[in-house]
Amino acid sequence: MDRTLVAWVEDKPGVLNRVASLFRRRAFNIESLTVGHTEEPGVSRMTIVVDGERTDTEKVVQNLYKLVNVIRVEDVTEQPAVMRDLALIKVRASNGSRSEVMQIVETFRARVVDLAPETLTVEVTGTEDKIDGLCEMLQPFGVEEMVRTGRVAMVRGKQSGSGRS
Amino acid sequence: MRRTGAEIVWEMMKHEDVEVVFGIPGGAIMHTYHPRQKYGVRHVLMRHEQAAGHAADGYARVSGKVGVAMATSGPGATNLVTGIATAMIDSTPMVCITGQVPTSLIGSDAFQETDITGVTLPITKHNYLVTDVDELAGVIHEAFYVARTGRPGPVLIDLPKDVQQAETDFSPPDDGLELPGYRPKKEGDLELVQAAADLVNQAERPVILAGHGVLMSGAMDVLRAFVEKTRTPVALTLLGKGGFPESHPLALGMMGMHGEAFVNRAIQKSDLLLALGMRFDDRVTGTLETYTPHARKVHVDLDAAELNKIVPVDVPIQGDLLHVLRQLLPLVRPAEHSAWLEQIEGWRSDTAIRDVLNRPKNGRLLAPQVIDAIYGGTRGEAIVVTDVGQHQMWAAQYYPLDFPHTQVTSGGLGTMGFGLPAAIGAQVAQPDREVWAIVGDGGFQMTLHELATAVQERLPIRIGVCNNGYLGMVRQWQELFYDEHYESTHLVNPDFVKLAEAYGVRGWRVSEPGQVHEVVAEARAHNGPALVDFQVAQEGEEGNVYPMVPSGAALDEMIRRPAAAG
Repeated sequence: MDRTLVAWVEDKPGVLNRVASLFRRRAFNIESLTVGHTEEPGVSRMTIVVDGERTDTEKVVQNLYKLVNVIRVEDVTEQPAVMRDLALIKVRASNGSRSEVMQIVETFRARVVDLAPETLTVEVTGTEDKIDGLCEMLQPFGVEEMVRTGRVAMVRGKQSGSGRS
Repeated sequence: MRRTGAEIVWEMMKHEDVEVVFGIPGGAIMHTYHPRQKYGVRHVLMRHEQAAGHAADGYARVSGKVGVAMATSGPGATNLVTGIATAMIDSTPMVCITGQVPTSLIGSDAFQETDITGVTLPITKHNYLVTDVDELAGVIHEAFYVARTGRPGPVLIDLPKDVQQAETDFSPPDDGLELPGYRPKKEGDLELVQAAADLVNQAERPVILAGHGVLMSGAMDVLRAFVEKTRTPVALTLLGKGGFPESHPLALGMMGMHGEAFVNRAIQKSDLLLALGMRFDDRVTGTLETYTPHARKVHVDLDAAELNKIVPVDVPIQGDLLHVLRQLLPLVRPAEHSAWLEQIEGWRSDTAIRDVLNRPKNGRLLAPQVIDAIYGGTRGEAIVVTDVGQHQMWAAQYYPLDFPHTQVTSGGLGTMGFGLPAAIGAQVAQPDREVWAIVGDGGFQMTLHELATAVQERLPIRIGVCNNGYLGMVRQWQELFYDEHYESTHLVNPDFVKLAEAYGVRGWRVSEPGQVHEVVAEARAHNGPALVDFQVAQEGEEGNVYPMVPSGAALDEMIRRPAAAG
């Protein structure tokens, strides 16, 4: 089973490189890693999805803490959290199949964000399962291109954050 | 105060109480070198940057301060890499300052440009590329703090030439540091400490595994108090030597691949292991499948990532050993463990006819006799710096230590070439102490150019070369495990005595056991650097380190010295 870690890190040059280098050097298997700004200036937030079968998550957390620029790490897997992935999918849709594709998109509560004569581009947000499901349904029409952001996570309710203060 | 980046480097050296820097100038760092003398910080000019790294490392291990190495960009910086990696794995506090091409040229493959922060990322505790002179003082202050606190380690600061030249208003940084993610832990969690105390109080066959952490945290006295209160015998890792006096009746000596058989047996038969500031290196565990099958385990380490990394333990305690032992001491009850200690003494007695205490006397010169003579001559009070290989293990076996910070050796990385430059650092740290560099002929030749540094700096280092004409430890493995096929291990060596004299070092050669004591005495009495070429037995029983855990075997399945010898 995969595990979801949230890491608050100092927004300094090379921090992503340090984290990536750590995973490589310790042979940690990760599924995805996303990084972006937070509500706190100077603090970036990473969501890291670890392959819990092949990698000891506790070891990942302890090693992340060894990096001087890592402020806090939380394993949110067992916590009630909102977890989302975003995908853009460019799928073949000619006159004959377009309405069928639109129907599928509708069912998955996805959105069409671009229309071209031969293709349309779908934006979908949700859990990985939901996105996988949509991809599976669109596959027969011909998926031309796809990009996914990887998982981002936020614990419900209580206030979290880097704890930097 | 208006200061250039170069001047700020030295201002900050003074601020951080740095007495000496080991290094070599070059194009991208010469601007920083230029104002050095104004600030009265000593510089030891090495002959190779690798040696600058090892010298700073040796200095740090003996002085307890942060060692500082300096080099230019590109090849100067890459030459430092082995020194940095050696310090990283042995947790030596070190700050390395490298010159870099000007910021405008970074990324352009300029002359002598190497991405040294990229190269050293996995072998430094932290590193910095300073692109703004206004940040320089803060970065240097932070670098020293990070290097010496928590689990110590090397920190590198890469300094582009234009930043060295730029001017700014300088004021020494106050002690406030902006390190929101860096919080070294001192005390152990109380519940875990109590759980450890409960295990100690129940144990019948406890053994302490004392590592480098004892020395790094300064826990020698509290460890001794704990040992004497609970009558728990102490086995030492190689780097743990000096953390507990080896002449103490409860000292077992070194554990592991070349530890004595009774020590490893005691570990294997124990019902409680207290692993204190050590990290279960594969050289001390033997195969993990059969490691200490009956023992409950308590592991104390500053670095949480070391806990449960190799050996799963019952009570993992993250904390500074000094503090954790102080917490633990009042919670443990006095004990005797008479039956257990008697049993260990029984196992110990057979080493008199085998292994370490048994030295064949057949007229041939053996490396153990050399170490013995140095031990006798110096009454165990020298600072012993070794290189890596057979002589390193013999030095560990035959030079028991009663004093902390008197051994300097590359444990984790096993860096050949470490010995001589590290001895230079040790002698600089302790100018009035006797420093012996015990080296092999193979490793010595990797950095022997540093003889020139010893002469230039008038450092009276004594160098004992255990010369067996081989890369001896590799040869031993070839003898035992590769059908005596000595592939690429035989060395045709120079005349080390002539070589020494060419450098201005007094040299002696010894090939008979009868000469050893006299020549050691002469070398000790010589006023200046001295080198003795000890031509020791090359192979077979006399040329091998015994006992030995072969790779893949259990810790107590050792190859012993044949009992009939001697």
